[in-house]
Amino acid sequence: MKSFRMLALIIIIAAIALWMDLPNNPGIRIAGINRDIETRLGLDLVGGVQALLEADLPEGTEIDAESMRTATRIVENRVNGLGVTEAVVQQAGDNRIVVELPGETDPEKALDTIKQTGLLEFVEMDYSPLPDGMVIKTDFATGDQAESPSEGTTPEETIYHTVMTGAVIKNVGVTTGPTGGYEIAFELTDEGTRLFADYTTQNAGKFLGIVLDKEVISAPRIDEPITEGAGVIRGDFSLESANALALQLRYGSLPIPLKIVESRTVGPTLGQDSLSKSLLAGLIGVTIMVLFMALYYRVPGVIADVSILIYALIAFALFRFVPVTLTLPGIAGLMLSTGSALDANILIFERLKEELRNGRRLSQAIDIAWQRAWPSIRDSNIATLITCAILFWFGSSFGATLVKGFSLTLALGVAVSLFAAAVVTRTLLSIILGYFKPTNFERWFGT
Amino acid sequence: MLNILGKRYLFFGLSLAIIIPGLILAITGLPLSIDFTGGSLLEVSFDSGIAPPPAQVIGIYDQLDIEDVQVQTTGEDTIFVRSSFLDDTTRSQLISTMESEFSGPITVLRFESVGPTIGAEVTARAGMAIAVAAIAVVFYITFAFRGIQHAFRYGICAIIAMIHDVAIVISLGAIGGYFFGWQIDALFLTALLTVIGFSVQDKIVVFDRIRENSNIYRRLPFESLVNHSIVQTLQRSINTQLMTVEFMLLALALFGGVTLREFATILMVGLFSGTYSSIFIAAPLLVVWENQEWKTWFGRGGRKEAVA
Repeated sequence: MKSFRMLALIIIIAAIALWMDLPNNPGIRIAGINRDIETRLGLDLVGGVQALLEADLPEGTEIDAESMRTATRIVENRVNGLGVTEAVVQQAGDNRIVVELPGETDPEKALDTIKQTGLLEFVEMDYSPLPDGMVIKTDFATGDQAESPSEGTTPEETIYHTVMTGAVIKNVGVTTGPTGGYEIAFELTDEGTRLFADYTTQNAGKFLGIVLDKEVISAPRIDEPITEGAGVIRGDFSLESANALALQLRYGSLPIPLKIVESRTVGPTLGQDSLSKSLLAGLIGVTIMVLFMALYYRVPGVIADVSILIYALIAFALFRFVPVTLTLPGIAGLMLSTGSALDANILIFERLKEELRNGRRLSQAIDIAWQRAWPSIRDSNIATLITCAILFWFGSSFGATLVKGFSLTLALGVAVSLFAAAVVTRTLLSIILGYFKPTNFERWFGT
Repeated sequence: MLNILGKRYLFFGLSLAIIIPGLILAITGLPLSIDFTGGSLLEVSFDSGIAPPPAQVIGIYDQLDIEDVQVQTTGEDTIFVRSSFLDDTTRSQLISTMESEFSGPITVLRFESVGPTIGAEVTARAGMAIAVAAIAVVFYITFAFRGIQHAFRYGICAIIAMIHDVAIVISLGAIGGYFFGWQIDALFLTALLTVIGFSVQDKIVVFDRIRENSNIYRRLPFESLVNHSIVQTLQRSINTQLMTVEFMLLALALFGGVTLREFATILMVGLFSGTYSSIFIAAPLLVVWENQEWKTWFGRGGRKEAVA
């Protein structure tokens, strides 16, 4: 009876996996879980751009972890602006950032976007503030000189005058104002103090636009002249939005200069080609394998094929759910874990035949074969998992996404293959053989 | 019963006969790719349909002061260029110069550029990762085999056999590089890591049988015990290894496209070596250790220290 309960469990799991494997799966949207289920292909399969950025600081400089995180976040924001759907921006080790843009075809644009230094400007806006998010033109020439409000230029209709840039900001923090709301307190450099005092004295009551990369991020009103070199920005801030603005003021430009130390571009046709070829190869390989198992091991071989099929369903569903981005090495890892799933089955069957040759009864032989084969299946797969863990660590601390993808798919595949051997093969074997009670071992199991 | 162990020194010799020339070739010049040395590679196709002669392409690279240029024509309209590290400004300069020089738009199929320090770091880290993995595996095997005598030996012998497989794969890489222009790249590294993982897995399966048998046949001399265990697992080794995994890889090598061909070939040889070394290296080494045979080596003449 226990076997049949297990069978029900296997069927349920396989059905869920099958559902998750369906193309155009609607995703899971229950109880606050909102997750798309889709196959993610790495950029070696669909084409795209990958870059590894490194903190460009003199050797021996200690890199502040917080600054590195901020830099990663800023790069991420910029990358999101490119509109690549599955962009990945991750910190790798202490001083590197991996950027992956599957499907991006214009490496020029992508790399420029990543590298740009954000420019923070304070812009004159008279009495009508512009809405946040609006992209404007300013008269500040992007270039070498920090702030030098270009005197004498008459701002044209759409070109706004830059009073000063982010270079004059010395310090920014979030504080709580007298009324309880959040405020952003800032402190200016000496030069900034002078500029700001002049400007605010002349323009009290007007609006001052805070513009990052020509995009308005906030437009506070100048309530009173600020001559002390320190002031606050009041507004309808939540703690989160106040922090975000403070961050942008502080780090309008990247807190750490970055340089591109590695970049890879794969054209879409090359990726497509690899994908279809490796899929074809996989299909051929799996077909041969399935036929071999059925012909050599007969009934248990067919059971193994079913078990491998369920293994493949679950593994693929898992990759879509996690999600694991499939790359060529990832597919290799998957194929190898298929090999180890097969090995588990072969170990059990060889053992079974051996016990039958020794004259044991069938039900006894199944139990013994299982008990004897299990330690080797367990120990050998655990060793593989250990190796995977170390490779995964190596891959992620270094930004070697290739190795990371390989170890992740291999590890997940091995875990699923353990389930397939320990639960699926074993249950099916005892149900089917228990039902038919074969007596002609040679016909049923091959020699 | 098959007596595999009796010919153990023959098998050690056979492995050495492959590894030593391969490693000599590897030392004299392993064809490391830009993943390890730093540098760049660029594959472009010319929309005009005809690739210019390599000399002209080299000329453009020279104009831009890019060093170590090697040009390969890979098709009617595609070329493949290796050179020193390019930053993206130089790269866009290069593309636009090519477009104006060869009057026509070109499509970048692939561009990779790796800074020289990154390359050195990959090599160092990969070596470290493998070393750490090997040590972890020795400890794990020692733990898993704690029930039997000299559990530590099993871990060490597994790792020696694993090093044997690594040496075979590196030799193959060197030979492939010498004869077919293969490159030792990140994909090669992945293949190597796979071989390592699989090799260890396979050794544990064979050792597991020794572990089991040593509890059953307590009276049997160790050598017979090991030989018996190898023979018992032989069918499984052949089926798993040759019939399934190798078929899969053969399919990959034949139909998987250029990118995968080299990868699949290396895995085919490497995984075969992984299975081979379980039977013909790892298990015999256990016997060599048990009998302390090194004491008689010089008496027999000839240094046969295998791959230690």
